[in-house]
Amino acid sequence: MTIGIKRRALLAGASALTLTAMTSAAFAADPIKFGVVAHLTGPLAGGEAVTHTPNIELWAAQVNARGGLKVDGGMRPVEVITYDDKTDPSEHIKAVQRLATQDKVDFMFSPYGTGFNIAAAPIYAKYDFPLVAVSAITDQQEELSKRFPNMFFTLGTTTGFVEGALDALTTLREAGSIGNTVAMVNVADAFGIELADKARPMFKEAGFEIVYDKSYPLGTPDLSPVVKGAKAAEPDAFVAWSYPPDTFALTEQAIIEDLQVNAFYTAVATAFPAFSGKFGSKIEGNLGAGGINPDTPAMQDYRAAHLEITGGEADYWASATYYASLQILEQAIEGVGTIDREATVAYIADNSFDTVIGEVSFDEQNNSMRFWSVGQWIDGVFHAVADTGMGDSVAPVAKDGWN
Amino acid sequence: MDILLSGLLLSGTYALIAMGLNLQYGVARIMNLANGEMLVLGGLAAFWMYTAAALSPLLTALIAAPLAFSGNWLLYRYLLLPLVRRAKTQGQLEVDSILATFGMSFALVGIMVSIHGEYFTYSYLAEPFKILGQTVALNRLVAFIVAIGIGGGLYYWLTHTYQGTAVRAVSVSTEAAGLVGINVERVSAFAFALGGAVTAVGGTLISTFITLEASVGVIFTMKALIIIIMGGVGDIRGAIVAAVILGLVETTVASVIDPGLTLVAAYVIFLAILLFRPQGLFGRRA
Repeated sequence: MTIGIKRRALLAGASALTLTAMTSAAFAADPIKFGVVAHLTGPLAGGEAVTHTPNIELWAAQVNARGGLKVDGGMRPVEVITYDDKTDPSEHIKAVQRLATQDKVDFMFSPYGTGFNIAAAPIYAKYDFPLVAVSAITDQQEELSKRFPNMFFTLGTTTGFVEGALDALTTLREAGSIGNTVAMVNVADAFGIELADKARPMFKEAGFEIVYDKSYPLGTPDLSPVVKGAKAAEPDAFVAWSYPPDTFALTEQAIIEDLQVNAFYTAVATAFPAFSGKFGSKIEGNLGAGGINPDTPAMQDYRAAHLEITGGEADYWASATYYASLQILEQAIEGVGTIDREATVAYIADNSFDTVIGEVSFDEQNNSMRFWSVGQWIDGVFHAVADTGMGDSVAPVAKDGWN
Repeated sequence: MDILLSGLLLSGTYALIAMGLNLQYGVARIMNLANGEMLVLGGLAAFWMYTAAALSPLLTALIAAPLAFSGNWLLYRYLLLPLVRRAKTQGQLEVDSILATFGMSFALVGIMVSIHGEYFTYSYLAEPFKILGQTVALNRLVAFIVAIGIGGGLYYWLTHTYQGTAVRAVSVSTEAAGLVGINVERVSAFAFALGGAVTAVGGTLISTFITLEASVGVIFTMKALIIIIMGGVGDIRGAIVAAVILGLVETTVASVIDPGLTLVAAYVIFLAILLFRPQGLFGRRA
């Protein structure tokens, strides 16, 4: 018992010390507190660690190097408070609640994953936090923005996602690179099923014939039967609505089986630097979700800073958009000039923002209709080859074997 | 033929996942929920050595085996043995060890996230290999061969050596083994450490063809549990036979019926075995 009491007293003493340390630092410049609930562990941790976390680190470092954000006529540094939710929605909600009520953060960043953004939206709305969602691809923007006027969308819709892939295939067909037959597989998970359901009628309408159409469970240890089945159907193009581990596995199996298609599309993680790191020149011409325009000065500066400050390369899809979401928040806060969350939400809705992905503004459904949807690996860079509203994509080219 | 071959290769993977836990649960009687994390740790070592020092995962496996062995021995000696000593019944030990290793799994995930929070992806022997007119992935074939080696070696050791016999005796009954002069604590520690080493080696090989990440261990723990419960706790033959059945059935279902039904098929077999032979294929009636 005595030990327990002593330990508690020690802890209390320690926290009292940190409190004093914090308040004395606060006199110098009271930081603006930003909260984020991240998937540091759990099934989505690998994606979060590539696409979100380094960008928050980069943005906070850059803003603080500038002296902070300009509010109330002075400069205030930013401080980021992060909680892990183990990729568990109920843990996520609890941690968001805690950030809002215990830590009393001034703003929050958006979470990773469509389901998490939608699950967290009511609490963000309750406390008037602007939610500039990035890793949230859905067709329910209209309904969501009506219920949660504080929620904004930047990375496109499910329909736009499929349209992009279809655009790329149609362009390749018009160029004579591929024929009409497509093998389509998907991961049996909300994301994969929704995309496959959307794709079936759209592909058919565009005159494509789906010659192989199968799903596989998440975490399937051996995807060789899937690739063998697809190969036996002798398709002109291969499309997989896949998650990172299966994106890697399907591509590896396609190399091993020497699947000869002139268009090979895999969804999430194709845009990861680790994808080209793993496969090198073999994935020249591979198509995948995402893509960027690597040639704008803003994008080049961003990628250089990302590498320098976080020590890793930015991915070629949502990384830049996530960084843009932080820039939007930053510009809105400075535009309002005070820590007024309600005013910040209104500011985001009414203004346009100069970001790393170009100018971003939101329509009546809080949707930014400018995003890249398909990229292609060309000489070690993942160029956008299909987009909505961007207009700077290059034309896709036929894939020429796995060399 | 194609299905048979792919199925056997998948069985090799499953055997690598399950053999270690079988030793730990069957002999040392520790329901090690951190077993999957040990496997992922092996994978992380392989990934790290390969990307940082261009070291072949096969060499990493050789290095990882003694490290994992001593690490697991220390774990057993200092964290788990106190639980074994204070447990009055097998049931109590099971509850205690499940709780302790469940906590351990979080600690291991945390350590791995701090080392590398992203996917462990690299390419090693991702090449086609022609065998009996069929194309297979060379990295899977290598893992299969090592799995045969480990499985065969363990079986020979358990059935044909003095020490192996002692291990089997402990697996049957700790009390009786103690009465005939076997140092139960030492044999259990050895079996636990060996199980950890087998799992870590499995992880280094599996990481060459499955993309791992720090948090994925629990999936492997579950798969290992299903396999050893199917095969019969504490019997190495059971784990291998169950791995072969699972591998063949999943590949057949994926190739002939639908890849979406592989999990269903696996659980149907699992259910059938639980219903008709609850002690597992090679298990003893309690």
